[in-house]
Amino acid sequence: MKRSKRIETLDARPVNLDGYINEWPEMGFAAMNSPYDPKPSVRVEDGKIVELDGKYREDFDFIDQFIADYAINIERTESSMAVSSLDIARMIVDIHVSRKEILELISGITPAKMAEVMNHLNVVELMMGMQKIRARRTPGNQAHITNLKDDPVQIAADAAEGALRGFAEEETTMGVARYAPLSAMALLIGSQVGRPGVLTQCSAEEATELELGIRGLTTYAETLSVYGTEKVFIDGDDTPYSKAFLNSAYASRGLKVRFTSGSGSEVLMGSSEKKSMLYLECRCLFVTKGAGSQGIQNGSVSCIGVTGSVPAGIREVIAENLVAALLGLECASSNDQSFSNSDMRRTARTMLEFLPGTDFIFSGYAAEPNYDNMFAGSNFDAEDFDDYNVLQRDMQVDGGLKPVTEEQVIHVRNKAARAVQAVFRNLGLSPVSDEQVEAVTYAHGSKDTLPRDVTADLAAAEDVLKRGITGIDVVRALAESGFEDVAESVLNMLKQRVAGDYMQTAAILDEEFHVLSGINTPNDYMGPGTGYRVDGERWEEIKNIPHIINPKDI
Amino acid sequence: MQINEELVKQITNAVLSQMSHTDSSSVSGTPAAASSTVPSMAGRDRINEEKSDYSGYPRAQRGTDPKEVVIGVGAAFQREITRTICNIPLDEVLKNVKAGIEEEGMIPRVVKILDTSDVCFMALEAAKLSGSGIGVGIQSKGTTVIHQRDLYPLSNLELFPQAPLMTLETYRQIGQNAAKYVKGEQVVPIPCTNDPMCRPKYQVKAAIMHIAETEQLDPEVGAVEWEEK
Repeated sequence: MKRSKRIETLDARPVNLDGYINEWPEMGFAAMNSPYDPKPSVRVEDGKIVELDGKYREDFDFIDQFIADYAINIERTESSMAVSSLDIARMIVDIHVSRKEILELISGITPAKMAEVMNHLNVVELMMGMQKIRARRTPGNQAHITNLKDDPVQIAADAAEGALRGFAEEETTMGVARYAPLSAMALLIGSQVGRPGVLTQCSAEEATELELGIRGLTTYAETLSVYGTEKVFIDGDDTPYSKAFLNSAYASRGLKVRFTSGSGSEVLMGSSEKKSMLYLECRCLFVTKGAGSQGIQNGSVSCIGVTGSVPAGIREVIAENLVAALLGLECASSNDQSFSNSDMRRTARTMLEFLPGTDFIFSGYAAEPNYDNMFAGSNFDAEDFDDYNVLQRDMQVDGGLKPVTEEQVIHVRNKAARAVQAVFRNLGLSPVSDEQVEAVTYAHGSKDTLPRDVTADLAAAEDVLKRGITGIDVVRALAESGFEDVAESVLNMLKQRVAGDYMQTAAILDEEFHVLSGINTPNDYMGPGTGYRVDGERWEEIKNIPHIINPKDI
Repeated sequence: MQINEELVKQITNAVLSQMSHTDSSSVSGTPAAASSTVPSMAGRDRINEEKSDYSGYPRAQRGTDPKEVVIGVGAAFQREITRTICNIPLDEVLKNVKAGIEEEGMIPRVVKILDTSDVCFMALEAAKLSGSGIGVGIQSKGTTVIHQRDLYPLSNLELFPQAPLMTLETYRQIGQNAAKYVKGEQVVPIPCTNDPMCRPKYQVKAAIMHIAETEQLDPEVGAVEWEEK
């Protein structure tokens, strides 16, 4: 066939590099609904749920049982289920019905009913719902802080810059898992250099992650994954009960935790049981609530290539974010994984959470170039910082970030790198040279930094674990090396664990270490004239982007 | 819609040939504009109608040779799937991992893991079968893990999560490093590679390949000795 130049041009567009697939419900390739999804139902006998979404108690799998026993308000389930899904959907977007009333009603519905409610809402309505139902009054943002070399010095510098730019939480992970203790330590130090009060976590194998948390080298945890089918849970050597137990282990040490789920994982693991992605994600979120977690990271997350490949996939993503909020959970709403080759498509996808605002719009935003992002790439990266700041300014929307100056960036990067150098020296860990500090200070990414002695770093990482080094040792090392202010901040982060206030729903800390959560600063949106509005000092901050024309120069 | 035997076969072949012949070239070869002509798979419960029978194969035994490294390959390996997600023939993958192990003076043994398609658990199972306690798990799409028998399942020695970035050279280095762990040397992990655009391009294909692997599982049989090439 002689080819049309028009079609050839279109074929070559980035959007056509993305993967798409037709709906195939038998394999779980169905976003919002599947012909195999159950019909909503509930029956209570002797104060116990004996029927859930068309299944009798004797046929429950462990997810059904966990949900029936712990995630549904039994006293009000029959009355909630009697309200039609369409009516519930309408209440969600009705500015005259408060968040509190809706959460109360929702507490009695089942996962299948929840999925049915979502199917009545289009994307704009889902965004309206999110604007009203989000837990915390002000939206927030989270960063990924990683690099290809697992270089702890770069982690500290990027963490400091990220904190300066406004991220309230920062998450790291490793290419080589054994680097974890050094990564966690560098992130903790760097974050506090950039802005006191930023929370940090190190995504690692669960036992390691817990140990780092207990030792005070991290200040929250996020990677407690739950799944929508029993088979996938079992493949991960887990059950809802083991996750609840792990959650309690963190809580016992005063650490903030959220769970992680997200549509598409069951499809990717070949165990969707023919159900829609949304219905399975509803099950995950009910399990999360039942396990007593204050929050969730969801929105397809690392399986966005699957959810994004089917029709209405991106509508499903904002729907599952809203389901989390409706269950009263803090929602860290993904946007954290490279999703499309097309800049238009990846930006449009993020607008669904950016415009209404969520507790954390990204979970996380790559605060390094994407080639350094060890979560296999985020939807936005360090090269998009200015675009993002302009989007906030264009729309007068608070996306959680702010413009910064080059001087500030260089200053905090250098200080963080030197602080890590000093702590490593003080604790007798692998050395950091002045040349490395210099390179990292001015670097964009790991292509601009010097190589690390990996063998020495891994030995040091093992040493940290063996010697039982804790957050307090980091505080002492900082104080003894002339970084008293950073030591003070790290100590304050450790004190939060004793107070425990930051374990409340959707908590973040301001630079005075005050908790801002869904409890003490709840979302009070009820239509125009109410709720959080971008104004005052914050608006001035957002307006102040670089590269503004000075009329006097013309 | 009525689905006849012939159409089923055509779809199967179409899916399989798409799996084994990745368009490594440009987009012009992809059926980008032709999605309306892709037949619907709705109503079908499997990718491959046939399930391979391994009940006659010798069950994998726990080795005793302290120089042994066991390679655990996926259920569809070299059968239903013959090339990785980025089109590398699985025969070559296996040859290179084995060669890497041998170059370091250790002895490879290959088993096929039929009770899980999760690469971490595959690798751990291989490690437990291995005389040295070091094992390598390789999914048919190419994702690979080096594991040690006394580690947590989701912990590991080295993980190569982005299968589309793998080369035969990487597979050879994986064999070498696995052997070095056996010898107790200070091993420098193979440098990580990262392409943030892997996910949009390959994740759906990864899902399909994983489903094709998972539907070949046979937990009753467990693990069998595997010497296809």
